[in-house]
Amino acid sequence: MIEAIRSLGRWGLGIFERLGRGNLFLLRVLFSLGSLLVRPRLVVRELYSVGVLTFLIVFVSGLFVGMVLGLQGYVTLSKFGAEDSLGVVVALSLVRELGPVVTALLFAGRAGSALAAEIGLMKTTEQLSGMEMMAVDPVRRVVAPRFLAGVISMPLLAAIFSAVGVYGGMFVGVGLLGVDPGAYWSQMQAAVDLQADIYNGVIKSVVFGFVAVWIAVFEGYDATPTSEGVSRATTRTVVHTALAVLGLDFILTALMFGSPQ
Amino acid sequence: MEIRDLHFAHGARNIFNGLSLDVPRGRITAFMGPSGTGKTTLLKLIGGQLRPRKGTIHVDGQNVHRLRRRDLYELRKRMGMLFQNGALLTDLNVFENVAYPLREHTRLPEELIRDLVLIKLEAVGLRGARRLMPSELSGGMARRVALARAIALDPMMIMYDEPFTGLDPITKGTIVTLIKQLNQTLGLTSLVVSHDVEETMSIADCVYVIAEGRVIESGAPAAMRDSSSAWVQQFMKGEPDGPVPFHYAAPDYRDDLLAGGLV
Repeated sequence: MIEAIRSLGRWGLGIFERLGRGNLFLLRVLFSLGSLLVRPRLVVRELYSVGVLTFLIVFVSGLFVGMVLGLQGYVTLSKFGAEDSLGVVVALSLVRELGPVVTALLFAGRAGSALAAEIGLMKTTEQLSGMEMMAVDPVRRVVAPRFLAGVISMPLLAAIFSAVGVYGGMFVGVGLLGVDPGAYWSQMQAAVDLQADIYNGVIKSVVFGFVAVWIAVFEGYDATPTSEGVSRATTRTVVHTALAVLGLDFILTALMFGSPQ
Repeated sequence: MEIRDLHFAHGARNIFNGLSLDVPRGRITAFMGPSGTGKTTLLKLIGGQLRPRKGTIHVDGQNVHRLRRRDLYELRKRMGMLFQNGALLTDLNVFENVAYPLREHTRLPEELIRDLVLIKLEAVGLRGARRLMPSELSGGMARRVALARAIALDPMMIMYDEPFTGLDPITKGTIVTLIKQLNQTLGLTSLVVSHDVEETMSIADCVYVIAEGRVIESGAPAAMRDSSSAWVQQFMKGEPDGPVPFHYAAPDYRDDLLAGGLV
């Protein structure tokens, strides 16, 4: 019994210790961002590997999610004779929720895991130690550019996801099921609010991007320098990001849309 | 460089218990000892990558662990380190790897950087391999490129972590010659951590044998060969059993077999 309580205590302390380390690491990264002003080329290179290389999966997923929304929305709305509101349903679902959330989950799977594995492997092969011994701070040169690239990429990818999704919904609703294209677009234009819907969606994607890339770079940098350690760091990146994004989504949704209009 | 009363532990395991030694300027000093005695850890302590529990390390008159980050980095610019696997940046080619410290710490024009890199690569015999990526290099070539990178900023001191491990005899000979030549031509202070007895003894001016967290014996290579210490003799002759036991600490063999049960 005592041993069980002890191990519970150790587990709890371990979590807080790791959280503390993660926060201190984040501070180090944030303080290092200034150095990137001198070398923007480092960020541009990472924008390609973190952002551009994630584009395809986000584009394809956005298209299919939009198509499914179009189909499901049409089936339900047509029961009430409200199929002209399909554009509103598709756009609001994407801009408010699915765009930021699904993009963050895809981002964690594609870019986050790659970041954690890359930084973890650099640690395992002593490249980070080598940089330190060359008097080069690896947080400035390796972590900060990747962090900034991730934070910039996420909202852009989420916007692409939503935009492509709206076209996916239109393809099914208007193209295949016969919804009036004028109604699809005009109802969407009338119902989607810039402040309440689009800005809040963008805020969500920025927060999710920040958290996703923070978890990825920390897990990589903090990985045990063995092949098993890197593998665990990669898995933890995806799992922790998914949980953090879904948990934060509820909190942000409650804050943004929770009060009665 | 001087180390005084150094104590360091990895978790509950003590690595150093009051280690003290001096490294003279401009010489090749070797730290030898069996695997797991903390030789690489010692280099990391000297480079300020690890902090000791107790004790001091002075390099060029500066207490490494009292320095602020900026001053530590300034000191590291004057310390080169050759890692066991080279630790080359895998996304840069050979030329860019050697140019890396120059680009980071100097504002030299590109033409001058090119000349300096080619001079360093020529010194290690790999000027012709400058466009290769690290994945295309053999273990020995990677170590030579890492050596060229370590001397890129013309350091006062260079630390070699197991420079001969896993190399064929020809490459070993090349690395031995390079360490000796660089030490003489550049006037470097060289620290070599190794358990390769012959190669290390052939170039070292002074040898420290480290075991159980302290210096067991020190002196010139010739004196070490004649040492009366059982530790030193076991290490030099590569005997499997002696002061360094063959068996990891375990309960009595007979009792262990008769005890039964699970592992």
